[in-house]
Amino acid sequence: MTMATESAAFDGGPPAPAGSYLTAGRGIASWLLTRDHKRIALLYMVTLTLFFVIGGVSAALVRLELVTPQGDLLSADGYNQAFTLHGIVMVWFFLVPLIPVSLGNFLLPLMIGAKDLAFPRLNLFSWYLNAGAGLLVIYALVAGGIDTGWTFYTPFSTVYSNSHVFLAAVAVFVAGFSTIATALNFVVTIHLLRAPGLTWFRLPLFVWALYATSLMMLLATPVLAMVLVLIALERVAGIPIFDPAQGGDPLLFQHLFWFYSHPAVYIMILPAMGVVTELLTCFARRRVFGYRFMVYALLGIAAVGFLVWGHHMFTSGQAAYASVIFSMLSFLVAVPSAIKVFNWTATFYRGSIRFTSGMLYGLGFVGLFTMGGLTGLFLAAIPIDIHVHDTAFIVAHFHYIMVGAVVTAFYGGLHFWWPKITGRLYPEGWARFAAILMFFGFNLTFFPQFILGYLGMPRRYHSYPAEFQVWQVLSSGGSAVLALAYLLPMAYLAWSLVWGRRAGANPWGAAGLEWRAASPPPEHNFTDEPVVDGPPYDYHPQGGPT
Amino acid sequence: MSSRPDSIRPDSIRADSIRAGHFPDLPRQRLAGELGMWVFLATEILFFGGLFTGYAVYRLQYPDAVTEAARHTDVLLGSVNTFLLLTSSLLVALAVACQDRPGLRLCRLFLGGAIALGLGFLAVKAVEYHADLAEGLVPWPGSSLPPGPQRLFFAFYWAMTGVHAVHMTVGIALLGWMFRDLRARPKLMRGTARLEVAGLYWHFVDAVWIFLYPLLYLVGRAQ
Repeated sequence: MTMATESAAFDGGPPAPAGSYLTAGRGIASWLLTRDHKRIALLYMVTLTLFFVIGGVSAALVRLELVTPQGDLLSADGYNQAFTLHGIVMVWFFLVPLIPVSLGNFLLPLMIGAKDLAFPRLNLFSWYLNAGAGLLVIYALVAGGIDTGWTFYTPFSTVYSNSHVFLAAVAVFVAGFSTIATALNFVVTIHLLRAPGLTWFRLPLFVWALYATSLMMLLATPVLAMVLVLIALERVAGIPIFDPAQGGDPLLFQHLFWFYSHPAVYIMILPAMGVVTELLTCFARRRVFGYRFMVYALLGIAAVGFLVWGHHMFTSGQAAYASVIFSMLSFLVAVPSAIKVFNWTATFYRGSIRFTSGMLYGLGFVGLFTMGGLTGLFLAAIPIDIHVHDTAFIVAHFHYIMVGAVVTAFYGGLHFWWPKITGRLYPEGWARFAAILMFFGFNLTFFPQFILGYLGMPRRYHSYPAEFQVWQVLSSGGSAVLALAYLLPMAYLAWSLVWGRRAGANPWGAAGLEWRAASPPPEHNFTDEPVVDGPPYDYHPQGGPT
Repeated sequence: MSSRPDSIRPDSIRADSIRAGHFPDLPRQRLAGELGMWVFLATEILFFGGLFTGYAVYRLQYPDAVTEAARHTDVLLGSVNTFLLLTSSLLVALAVACQDRPGLRLCRLFLGGAIALGLGFLAVKAVEYHADLAEGLVPWPGSSLPPGPQRLFFAFYWAMTGVHAVHMTVGIALLGWMFRDLRARPKLMRGTARLEVAGLYWHFVDAVWIFLYPLLYLVGRAQ
């Protein structure tokens, strides 16, 4: 299984005739000019890690400030800049692209038996857009920061704020282009480059999830792009589209903003759902329960997800009837979400369950997603939303979904496909420990915020009444545990690159097409073009003992 | 499999090859180009959709101010531009239709005409902007319009025509690129969907103007 080449550190598994994608070219240029989707995925992972660290450090500042009731670590302005930076970087440069551009980029062609994405150059271009936009945000930070919150609400962002809103708007606009390019690439690839025999209803659910996500990215991102153009025009050229002084309507801004930014949450969670389906089926040795309904649920969430944005505006002066409709539609999202949770759990029925690290991350996802989803139902109810609007309750709710669930799923997927990506196995004991630590660290950080919010602690304040301190300290302590749980895998995964055991092509005995390629795969993925002749998740024979 | 493991791009689109190796066949590659552009145009519709939504909201909210302000736009120049752009779209369609004829001369002729009309559109627009500035038909400070919704109308006028002009510029560059490649790389042009894809973009930019023209120039002219 070993190869005696000078690049032995990266080679493993069944020897691939042309070497792996990691050894296919040498030197920095072979990475920066690559069109290989696998290498581009790794480029993305580098920049994603950078943005994760920047967003994480700003979050740590926020949590540190909140340890004491007085505003002592940061000034009010400094605090505004810290949470704005945290929001902008984490939403647009980490969570929205996270799973699609890293795991999705790497795996989509492999999972459908293709040699690459439909537009390899566009794929590389999208990384440059994303990295360039990220540099712009970092520059804005160095040049003095942004204080509007990630939501850019007008007229504060257009008329009053003296911070670098224009730069931030340009950066997010460019990052949006990067998202659109990736989504377009995925849609065309899934339509046109599936292997012979791989019909739509034989696709793994991760591919379906990427498809549904891409549709949302394509239809939501341009609206955000336009609203950012209008903010930029108002700041630079004085074109007063949202200016109340000229009769402009700040609510119009909020409608357009949330038309993107609510679907953005589903853009984050749908790929995570796809990842987790792969994990749970593999480690339960079961075909996913209700495959078709899982597909319809993904598409259903994508469709209904476009019709609920008004639940962010229950207290903003939106018409009462509109609020009622948005409330009803928001409840409706619970139906496909619940179908997914029930089907994941039903998949375990008579399964042969192994509590590997991949399984533990997957279970962590289901738990956190259920918590986030159920508290979402509280918020869809107008009276409760009005009570907890703009409090820590909201912060806790959306972090359970966007951070708890999504990042846990990402780590799960990273562990699951790590042998495929690098050809190496990681220390399983540490991985299980990190998975469990992540679950408890997350809950310790954010569960207290539900209570804080319910008691009336507003979000975005750097000082608070002393009676809240115990909850704030619990939350900050939890965030330290969570940070450790996020850093720990980086350490042992890096360790495994050099000292990890070599992985075979299919160390988990998983069913997907990607496991038919060598680990790590050769430059063009498959030595023989794969042909598909059955449904996905073929973990136990049809009609056999169940 | 590639026989050159050290090369970083042995199988991707090279300058002189028609087919990228990761497609199973040429028709599939053509389809990818066309589908890619259609998908992109869907995002463009949503992009302009934000502007059109804003326009609709304010027109419903301030109908009188909008009709009053819209009478200040130059309907003659707007109409001339509509004529130029529609004709250029026709020429692009003709160029695409001529792509498979033995010689590419006619194809280039049509495409060159479309580019000229596109440049003409931008020239007329520049003249119109110049006059607008001279008259103070602007939403920003220094405007000759009364503060309030009339300025909002001109905010949309400038934002919409400005964003459209950016798209025009991109479209002209795209057509110019194809115009060059019709001579420089005729095989590539015939073998792929490039001209058609560029044409689709141009038709989209044209279609946006078909909506902008009545919204900005014809509103309020009936009274």
